[in-house]
Amino acid sequence: MRYGEILTAGVLALFSIYLMWKSTELPIGFIEGRGPGGGAWPFWLSAIMLLSCIMVMVRWWRGTSPAAQSDEPFLDGYGWRTLALVGGGLLGFVALIDILSMYGAIAVFLIYYLRFLGRHSWALTLVFAVVAPIALFFFFEGAMRITMPSGWSFTDPVFDILYDIIY
Amino acid sequence: METLGLLGDGMLIALQPINLLLIVIGVTVGLFIGAMPGLGSVNGVAILLPITFLVPPTGAIIFLAAIYYGAMYGGAISSITLGIPGASTAVATTFDGRPLAMQGRASLALVTAAIASFIGGTVANIIFTGFAPLLAGVALSFGPPEIFALMLLAFATFVGLGSDDIPKTIFSICFGLVLGAIGFDQISGAPRLVLFDITGFLQGIGFLVLAIGVYGLGEMIWTIEQTRGDVENTTPRMTAKGMAQDTAESLRRGWRGTTIGSLIGFFVGILPAAGATPASLMSYGVTKMISRRPQDFGRGSVDGVAAPEAANNSASTGSMLPMLTLGIPGSPTTAILLGGMVIWGLTPGPRLFVDQTEFVWGLIGSFYISNVAALIINLAFIPVFIWMLRMPFTILAPVIFVLSIIGGYAATRDMFDIWMILIFGIGAFVLRRMDYPLAPAVLAIVLGPIAEPTLRQSLLLSGGDPMIFLNRPIAAPITIIAISLILLPLVKVFRKKKPA
Repeated sequence: MRYGEILTAGVLALFSIYLMWKSTELPIGFIEGRGPGGGAWPFWLSAIMLLSCIMVMVRWWRGTSPAAQSDEPFLDGYGWRTLALVGGGLLGFVALIDILSMYGAIAVFLIYYLRFLGRHSWALTLVFAVVAPIALFFFFEGAMRITMPSGWSFTDPVFDILYDIIY
Repeated sequence: METLGLLGDGMLIALQPINLLLIVIGVTVGLFIGAMPGLGSVNGVAILLPITFLVPPTGAIIFLAAIYYGAMYGGAISSITLGIPGASTAVATTFDGRPLAMQGRASLALVTAAIASFIGGTVANIIFTGFAPLLAGVALSFGPPEIFALMLLAFATFVGLGSDDIPKTIFSICFGLVLGAIGFDQISGAPRLVLFDITGFLQGIGFLVLAIGVYGLGEMIWTIEQTRGDVENTTPRMTAKGMAQDTAESLRRGWRGTTIGSLIGFFVGILPAAGATPASLMSYGVTKMISRRPQDFGRGSVDGVAAPEAANNSASTGSMLPMLTLGIPGSPTTAILLGGMVIWGLTPGPRLFVDQTEFVWGLIGSFYISNVAALIINLAFIPVFIWMLRMPFTILAPVIFVLSIIGGYAATRDMFDIWMILIFGIGAFVLRRMDYPLAPAVLAIVLGPIAEPTLRQSLLLSGGDPMIFLNRPIAAPITIIAISLILLPLVKVFRKKKPA
């Protein structure tokens, strides 16, 4: 955690400087008759963010923050594996929405998570992977009239059947 | 006495079979819409507004107000059971509601939320009934400096909300405020902070995008990593006896938060542009500050659930006051209700109480009845919500992920937001590991769009002199309290010595 603390503070400090620079695209001073410029609010907030990061760094250097005294790694093997499997699964889920439709992506994600990460039976996995997207379809498209991404055209026949039911 | 007579007449109108049916349906629908991440009272009221043209105006407003009430109750359900605040008004409920659920006390958290909401709503109704016209005048005396001072006080309570790491808390607040500034400058209309020149940032970053990223994804990945995937299922089965015990415990341990939330909620709720979110946050912060056991907050304090829930319900009634008496909506939901009233041919304002007595008192009467109906319906559904928590975590986790993504899309219908939810989720996991409190960022993104214009308007009024916040009778004490709250913990940080 010791090096994670200073690394995170450093990255956030750089991001704060970027935000300060980006804020200056609009006036950051006081404009007579119009009040503070449009960039003033984010500029000064980003400046406070930068100061906060510097305070975190100073405390790290003085060894007063808990993370500065910790020998624990930022993430151990299990942590990295969790981040890769769960985070990667979510990344795949979102990437598939435009291809398989929201409901198709949900079905694939549920199969991945329940069967391969959760190690549940195929029967339970398939029940969830089929029932959940259909129930969500009727709730969002039928009851709430909210249209979700429908994916590439090969999904059309399935949606035609489902839309026939609700309209 | 005249007021009581009018209230009695109003209650009789609300108790007419058709209106009573509308209340029960409205509260139930609102409860489930509010419990769904991504959907809140605004969605429920907006979607069902066209249906109200089938009934007379009094029945229509009663129905919409019942949805509003139901959704306010429902917001706590996803905060407690799933750890995702479905609406900004329920963010503060997550702080202690979720830890209670993780300790197997979800029933206590849900019962506390229901009872605190009921008491908050009832207290607000009583104040509303007795002092509506008088309070409308008080609300009007709040100009931009007073509203900004109030926002500053809300940010100051964030500092108290965070962990001991004050610099990280301040970073989190400012980060949330900067995220709220992305998109367009509200005053000049110029594009602002279009990060890395990605055009998706032009539409800004909504509260839900950050909240779902932080709580729906980040917090879940963190829980999986911390528990090594072995989350213990400690939620007991619900029994009538258990629920009675929870009710007694919630009243005993949550009375302080309920009282504070009810009062702060109403008075913040009546202020135009403030509303239930700052009300719930400030109630949480104040309750924590005066608590004998502030260290319990964030770890499953009953007061920590009661205060924001009492406040958001109280504020939802309070926000009706400027709408009815002045024609100024206090929240997005009341803005839609206002639109409905105009369509039904009613003109909100002081004359409404004189010209449309039946409508006004029927609505006020329905607040009381809706509140009772919401309590009963909410308590009746608690076993269903508890059942959800008995699912194995390897089933619950993907369900939460799916609800987070689909709920996030439902709110804005933009894939850019879904990618942002993912980025915030992973970022939140990393920052959580490094002890950065993220709740202040989520709350700041909600309050930022209120705080910035009021600050700029105030400085415009004073010609750039910040002393405007210290030389106005209402703004000055609020500003002084807020600055003290921010500075005191900061002094502690600098005085902290290096351990031997």
